[in-house]
Order: sequence, then C-alpha cells, then structure tokens
Amino acid sequence: MVDAVTRQKLFGTPEIHFLNCTKGWKSWAFTLDHKRIGIMYLIGVTIALFLAGIFALVLRSHLFKFDSKMLSDDMYNQMFTLHGAVMVFSFIIPSIPAALGNLVLPMMLGAKDVAFPRLNLASFYLWIIGTGCLLLAILSGRGLDTGWTFYTPYSIDTNTGVIYATFGAFVLGFSSIFTGLNFLVTVNTMRLKGQGWFKLPLFLWSLYATAIIQVLATPVLGITLLMLIAEKTMHIGIFDAKYGGDPVLFQHFFWFYSHPAVYIMILPAMGVISELISVYSQKRIFGYSFIAFSSVAIALLGFLVWGHHMFTSGQSQVVTLIFSAITFTVAIPSAVKVFNWLATLYKGSILLNTPMCYALSFIFLFGIGGLTGLFLGALSTDIHLHDTYFVVAHFHFVMVGGTLTALLGGLFHWWPKFFGRMYNDLLGRVGCFLVFSGFNLTFFPQFVMGSRGMPRRYASYDPEFLPFHQLSTIGAFVLGIGILISFIVLVYAAFKGPRCGSNPFRAASLEWQSSSPPDFHNFVHSPVLNDPYDFDSQVYDDELDTYISREFADPTKVPPRTEPVHH
Amino acid sequence: MSDHSENLPAFCHPASPKLLYAVFFALIFLTLLTVAVSALGPPMGMPRAFAFPIAMIFATMKAFLVCAFFMHMWWDKGFNILAFLSSLLFVSLFIGMTLMDTSHYQDTIEAFDVQQLTGVEIAE
Amino acid sequence: MAVADTHEIHDDHHHDHGEFIAHHFDGPEQQFDSGKLGIWLFLVTEILFFGGLFVAYTLYRSNHPEIFEQAHVFLNKYLGGLNTIVLLFSSLTMALGVRAAQLGKNKNCAVYVLITMVCAAVFLGVKAVEYSHKWDMGILVRSAFNLTYTHPAPVTSVGKWLHVSDYLVYISVIPTLLLVGFLVASLMGKLMEKNVFSKFMLGLSIMVGGYFLGVGVGLIFMDVAEGGANESHASIQTADQPLMLHAMTQETREDASHDENHDKTAESHPAADHVDGQAHHEEHAHAGGEAFSAHHPDPEKLSRNVGIFFSIYYCMTGLHAIHIIGGIVVLSWILWRSLLGQWRSDYFGPVDYVGLYWHLVDLIWIYLFPLLYLID
Repeated sequence: MVDAVTRQKLFGTPEIHFLNCTKGWKSWAFTLDHKRIGIMYLIGVTIALFLAGIFALVLRSHLFKFDSKMLSDDMYNQMFTLHGAVMVFSFIIPSIPAALGNLVLPMMLGAKDVAFPRLNLASFYLWIIGTGCLLLAILSGRGLDTGWTFYTPYSIDTNTGVIYATFGAFVLGFSSIFTGLNFLVTVNTMRLKGQGWFKLPLFLWSLYATAIIQVLATPVLGITLLMLIAEKTMHIGIFDAKYGGDPVLFQHFFWFYSHPAVYIMILPAMGVISELISVYSQKRIFGYSFIAFSSVAIALLGFLVWGHHMFTSGQSQVVTLIFSAITFTVAIPSAVKVFNWLATLYKGSILLNTPMCYALSFIFLFGIGGLTGLFLGALSTDIHLHDTYFVVAHFHFVMVGGTLTALLGGLFHWWPKFFGRMYNDLLGRVGCFLVFSGFNLTFFPQFVMGSRGMPRRYASYDPEFLPFHQLSTIGAFVLGIGILISFIVLVYAAFKGPRCGSNPFRAASLEWQSSSPPDFHNFVHSPVLNDPYDFDSQVYDDELDTYISREFADPTKVPPRTEPVHH
Repeated sequence: MSDHSENLPAFCHPASPKLLYAVFFALIFLTLLTVAVSALGPPMGMPRAFAFPIAMIFATMKAFLVCAFFMHMWWDKGFNILAFLSSLLFVSLFIGMTLMDTSHYQDTIEAFDVQQLTGVEIAE
Repeated sequence: MAVADTHEIHDDHHHDHGEFIAHHFDGPEQQFDSGKLGIWLFLVTEILFFGGLFVAYTLYRSNHPEIFEQAHVFLNKYLGGLNTIVLLFSSLTMALGVRAAQLGKNKNCAVYVLITMVCAAVFLGVKAVEYSHKWDMGILVRSAFNLTYTHPAPVTSVGKWLHVSDYLVYISVIPTLLLVGFLVASLMGKLMEKNVFSKFMLGLSIMVGGYFLGVGVGLIFMDVAEGGANESHASIQTADQPLMLHAMTQETREDASHDENHDKTAESHPAADHVDGQAHHEEHAHAGGEAFSAHHPDPEKLSRNVGIFFSIYYCMTGLHAIHIIGGIVVLSWILWRSLLGQWRSDYFGPVDYVGLYWHLVDLIWIYLFPLLYLID
C-alpha cells in the first residue's frame, strides 16, 4: 500500500522526465534511451512521409488532366519511383516498428531499455544514411526511374542513379535488421519477472512476428542489391540476359524479401489496432491466442507467396499455381484478426475518440484492401488486373489505409503517455474524418479504373478515365490536408496541450504504470505485473484525475472487482 | 562433456581441450578424405558422379562438428539452436522454389543469347 | 551449490564489477543470454545473406552444369584445401581462446586469439596468390572474362625480382604499409612505456606477417601444383587453342550425335506433335549436363559463359574474404581487451560472440570449398 504522497510521486506529472532530464543537441544525438531514439525516428519518418507525400501530390496534380504537360514523361517516371522508394524503404517499414515500437516495446516489458541500446542508435543513423543515399539519387541530378522494385534488365541499362538508390536501400535494410534483432532479443530475455509469453500485449506479438521477418528476409534484400550493383558496374552475368544471366531471377531475389516486407509493413499496424480496439471498448480482447498466433502465421506464410508478384513475368505454370494457392491461405490468419476485433467491439463500452476512430477506419480499409488482394491472388483475374490501377488501389488500401491509419491511431493513443499532454480530440477526429474520406476518394475510383484497364505508371491516359482521375486527385489533396491537420494537432498538443495523468484511457498494459512523460529509466518503481487486457485492474484516482493500478490505489476507495482475475 | 567446476556461473561452459583437439583432428581427417575422394575418385567402385555428393556429406559432417562443439551448440539453449536451424530452412525454401521455377524457362534465356550471337543487335 | 548462494554471488559480481554490466540488465546472466541470442540472430542474417549467393550458385549449377565442369579446371584444389585446413585450425584456436576467457586466463586467451588472427591473415595471403594468378590468366567476371588474354611478364621491379604476378605486388602494398605502421607503433609504445599498446601493436604486426607467410606458402603450393599433370590443363599457354576448348569441342560433337538421335526419334514418330517435343526437351534438361549443352553447340559461347561461374566464384569468395577481414578487426578488439585482462568467468561474452562469428566464417568456407574447388 502506498500513501497519497508516494502516489503523487509515482503517477503525478513529474518535474524531471526523459524529455528534459538532459539538454542540448548532443544529449539527443548520442542518446541511448529508446524513447528518445523512438522520437527521433518518429521525426525522421514523418519527414519522409511528407516528402514522399509531396511527390504523390505532384503525381496526382499531373494526372488531373489526361494530356497534362505539367511533368515531362521522364520526370513522371522519376516522381513515382521516388514516391514509392521513399515511402516503402524510409517511411512504412520503419514507421510503426522503429518509431512507435521503440517508444513502447521496452516499457510494455517493464524493462529499462532495449537489449542493445547502441545498436538501436546505430539503426537510426543507418536510417539517416540510407535515406540520404536514396535522396542523393535526386541531388545527383540523374534521378531514379526504375520503380521502387529496381527490376532488371531496365535497372542495369538506365543511366539514372540506381547505384545511389540501391545502396541507400541496402543500408536501410541493415537499419531494419538491427531494429528487428534488438526487438527479438529484448522480448526474449528482458520480460518482467513472471511475464509469460501469453501475458504480453498483442502489439508485442505483432512486433515480434515483424522482427522475425526483418531478421530472416532483409539480408536477402542486402545481397540482392549488392549483386545488382555488381551487375551494373561489372556485368557479372547473373541478372543480365546480355551476359547469359536471368532477369526473372532478380524478381525471385527481390520478392523473396519484398513480399515478407509487405508484412513488415502491415503486422505492426495490426498489433496497434489490437491494443486500440480493446482499450477503447474497455473489453478483454476476444481470442487473444488466436490473434497472437495469427501474427506468427502471417509472418511465416509471408515467406511462401513471393511468386504472386510474378504471375506474368514468365514464371513457370507449376510454380505460379503453387504460389497462388498459398496466397489464399494468408487470408485465413488475416480474417481471424478482423473477426476477433469485431467480436471485441461487440457489447464493449466504446469510446469514439480519435485513436478509436482511426482503429475503426483501419478495420474498414484493411478489409477492402485484404479482400481485393484475393482478386489479385487468383490467377485468371490477375492476368487482367496485373499492372493496372487495381493493384495500385489494393496495396494503397493496405499500406495507407492500413499502416498509416494505424500509425496515426497509435500516435494519438500513446501521445499523452510520452508527452504528458492531451490533444484536442475534436480536431483529431476532424483530421481522422478527412484522412478516411480523402483516402477513399483517392483510391476507390482507382479500383474502378483498374478493372476497366487503366495501366499503372502511365503519364497520360484515355479521356474516358478523366472523371476517375479527377476524383482521385481531389481525394489526394483532402487526404494530404487530413494528415497535415493530424500532425499539427499532435505537435501542438506536445507543447501546449493540457496536462494529463499517467493513464487517461484506463489501459492496462505496463507502459501506463509509468508517469507521463515517463522517467528516464521508464519506471520509478517496479511495475506491477498484470494482465494487459484486465481493465478492471485499473481504478480511478480522483486526486490524480487518472487511472492507476489497484495495488497502488487508496484501499479505502477501491471499488470491488467487476470481473474475476484471469490466470 | 564440459568440465563444469563449482565456482563457475551457470551460463559458463568451458569445453574440455581434449574434446576440442579431437574435433579438430576429425575435421582435418574429413577434409583430407574429401580431397582424396575428389582427386582419386570415390572408393569401392562407386561411379565418378558420387564424388560430389560424398564431398557434400563430408562437409555437412564437418559443419555439424563445428556447430556442436566449437560453437557450443551442444550445451546451448534450444531457442538459439532453433533460430540457427530456421535460417537453413529458409535458405532451402528459397533455393527449392526458385530452382523449381528457373529450370522451366532456361530455353528462353538460351534463345535470347543465341539471337545475340547470330547478329541481332541488342542495345547497350 | 544452493540456488540462493548462486544468486548471492551474482549480486556480488553485480556490485563489484558494475562497469561490465550495462545499466539496463539485471545481472551478468541476463546480459550474457541477450548477447548470445543477439549474436545467433546475427549469424542467421549472415546465413541468409550468403544464402542469396548459394541460391545463385545452385541455380546456375543445376541449369548449366557444363559451365561448372569446364570452369573447375582453373581452380587449384590444393590451395583451397590448404586454406580449409588453415581456417579449421583457426577455429580450434578460437575455441581454445573462448575456453581461456571462460576460465579468466587472459594471457592464454590473448595468445589463442592472436594465433587465430595470424591464420586469418595466412588465409588472405593464399587467397591473394589465387586471385592474382587468375587475373594474370584473364579469368575475371563474366563481362571481362577473356581466356585469350596473354600472360604478361611482370613489369614492377618487385614482380621481376621475385618472379611473381604484378597483381600480387599491388595487393600486397596495403599489408606492407600496415606491417611497417604496426611495427613503428609498437616501437613508439615501447619507448613511451605504454606496454599494453606496444604488445597489441606487436601482435598486429605478427598478424600481418601471417599474410606474407600465406603468400609464400601459396606460391610454393602453386608451383608444385603447376608442375603436376593435373593443373597443366589450367594453363592456357600449353597450346594455341586452350585445352579447355578442345575438351568442349569434343563434348559438343558428342552432343551433336545425341541431338541426331533425338531427331531420329522424332522422325520415327511423325505423329508426335510439338508438345511431345517440348516434354522431351524438359526431360533432357532435367537429365543434366550433356543434354543441355546440346542446345548451344557454340564452344565460344560456352567458354564465355564460364565467366558466369567466375562471377559467382568472385562474389562468394570475395564476400567471404570481406568477412575474414571483418573478423580480423573484431578479433583485434578481443585481443586488446584480453591484453587489458578484462575476461572473467562471469564476463566473457564478447569473446564467445566473436568466436561464434569466426566459426560461422569457417562454416561457410567448409561449404565453399567442395562447391567451388571440388567440382568433377
């Protein structure tokens, strides 16, 4: 039992916390603190998001007219390539794991830091170097026009900055490996005493599954890009048909990494949503172990389906059939998650605040994104839809509608924890509404266009597609404004928002047992282990105006438990 | 196998030097045997084509010895072994699926090369 | 020993030697376990990294066995075998070094680690002999592969004096500079009475000495092998036309007759349609080498495609050599800390982790040796 003074010390807003315990740029640049590295990552990926977002808006503006002369054809190629490469390698892959994951993961384990703090900082600097190399392709004046996939033989023949960009992606790959390796080890060896695997929040299961992919798949990207660089500089004849090489082999190499990488992009988002749905329904997550194992299943199945990117590449029919069949099985663990989220919502006491609005958007958009994936996994329809806007819309529904939405939802969820200040919920929801509607306006017409045969990556198009393209362009700007508003709301809250207590949302996972913002060492006291989905373990404290664990609460005021304790 | 004296912490397993030397000589023996099979041909009238599989079997035996004793896997945690073996599983998956596919379209690649030889210009 | 006692000892260490335990770990065991899992996962990434090259190797070997059969005559299996033994020995000394660190015997550890580093340098010396010999013969990656390239006489004075390839002289410039630098640094350390530093630099000089030892032994092995009947095939100077091409033309002739048979079969079954022929082709492709070369009877082209083998050879052995160099760097760090006497029974993690890395480098070579040198 603790007295009111201690309670105030543990859960009240602290004077000294991780944000202000040391000052000066060096205290950030050389920090080993996972929370500061997470925030630096967050700033980094946000810059990448806006940069690549601007590329996207330029593309959409160009496509507003069917015979647009805004960009030259060459510039158009470079623009979509850089949009894709920066978004994939510099934004989406590190977004949730490296930014949100770094902030939250050690705290969810009750640990002081990740297992290898130096490696963590190295990962961030590699991210900077890698992104710098990607952008060097523009600064070198040659640009990059291969698409983010660097397919041979074009990437070998083109004179654009393929070597800078591939080197950048190579370095970014190592950044991603280091994060994944760190997370795997941290979850394995640094759990709180007594915290078994099935007492971990589901966000950690999804980060763990993601880390498995990062460690197992990313090295293959590394060697692929090295071989591509060797092919381009020395013509080693492995990928280049002019020298007896096999260009389709490059696609095998590339997608052996990049298909699992698609799950690096979506799995952490699913973990965020599992947390959000449960907390804001104030209801135990439905089917915990199913959601947990479905993350691992998605990670492993993700390694068996890379050939579905190559149905029309000249891949043999036998292999095509096998890949198509396995592709459908990925739908099972994905659907398991969606059904469990819906079942969690059922009869929950739902709070429709900003993070929950994002979580519900996620379910809707990911549902569409996932189901259209089945169209593309089916061989016969894929022949028709391959390389059309249908594909573009499909993966944007998953990556933007899924990952970006979950990232924003997660940021709104954990923001009060890490900055100790509350955001304006109304403006947050306005931002969410704009993101959701703008997104649908942008990409839903692309499904229609794609199924009518509008090919992707074309700088001009048939006039019959004009209304769809115009709707799409308008939607893109609405989406951009929505994202901008969301970030403004967050940044304003970080500096000027009203103070909030340690656990304003009555969440039960361990990170909410620290003060807001947390101490440099994360916890002043040893956190009390409890089930992350036992919300009854948190009770309201009127002096602090926040929720705290029963163990720390004033025993005279603690209400009786409404549900039995699970073991 | 390890001489575990009382004052060492639980995670410290020094391997006995005798064991390490024995493993080393086994490795050298297998290496010499591999070279001999390659230079002189497989023993007992086996066909020449067996030399390569034999070499790979010896290599795998050597790899096992190195992993188990030099790398202390024999005494290591199950999870570390699982992690290591999973990498081999994924490499073989990669090889298997790719091999199954590429063998089907080699003719196309050959045809392309022959075209080049017969004087059809291919842009540099 | 009772569990409680062990726990107390751990606590004691924790307080006595706090500098070895990072602040975020509870004790030496958690730190060790984390590091160990970390290094195993790193090895997993290394295996997948090399895995890409093994995939390329397997595909080209399975789809174009004839290229590999033609290429292997250029590889000296005795040099490869020598390097295998050197690496295996270095693995032994590494394992003994780990044991010494586990028992807190820092001096023994330093000696074993130094021997490991010397072996690594010997390996690189032998590799330098192999590479320079190949470059002399025009054996390069696919686009630069040119067997008609005439073996030039050495032009550098060192090359003329020692009768070695110019390329070998060029490669050896950096080790020579390093040797001089380390010796000077060692001497300076001695004069300034920085004993540990001086010993460390002396150790590094001995290590670089290992490179020259490797070059010497490699050259002797090369001479012996060239004298033998087996390797004379590899020398392109033996005849106007490279022997290898002779062999190929012969094989091509055989294949042509093979093809005739094939045609006859087709003729005797006039009803057999194209699909059947296709199936036949595929069957052949599966059957292996001779059948496949039937599709490209051009020996010149085959000879050029031998370059693909060497592309793969250079990628694999080059990446492996980079890992050896990386190994030398991290082993130097271990040597330095051994000289400072930092290893104890409850803190030897770094030696163990570097040891695991070093064994993996050895492990990869164990496979590279039969895959690249023992093709028959």
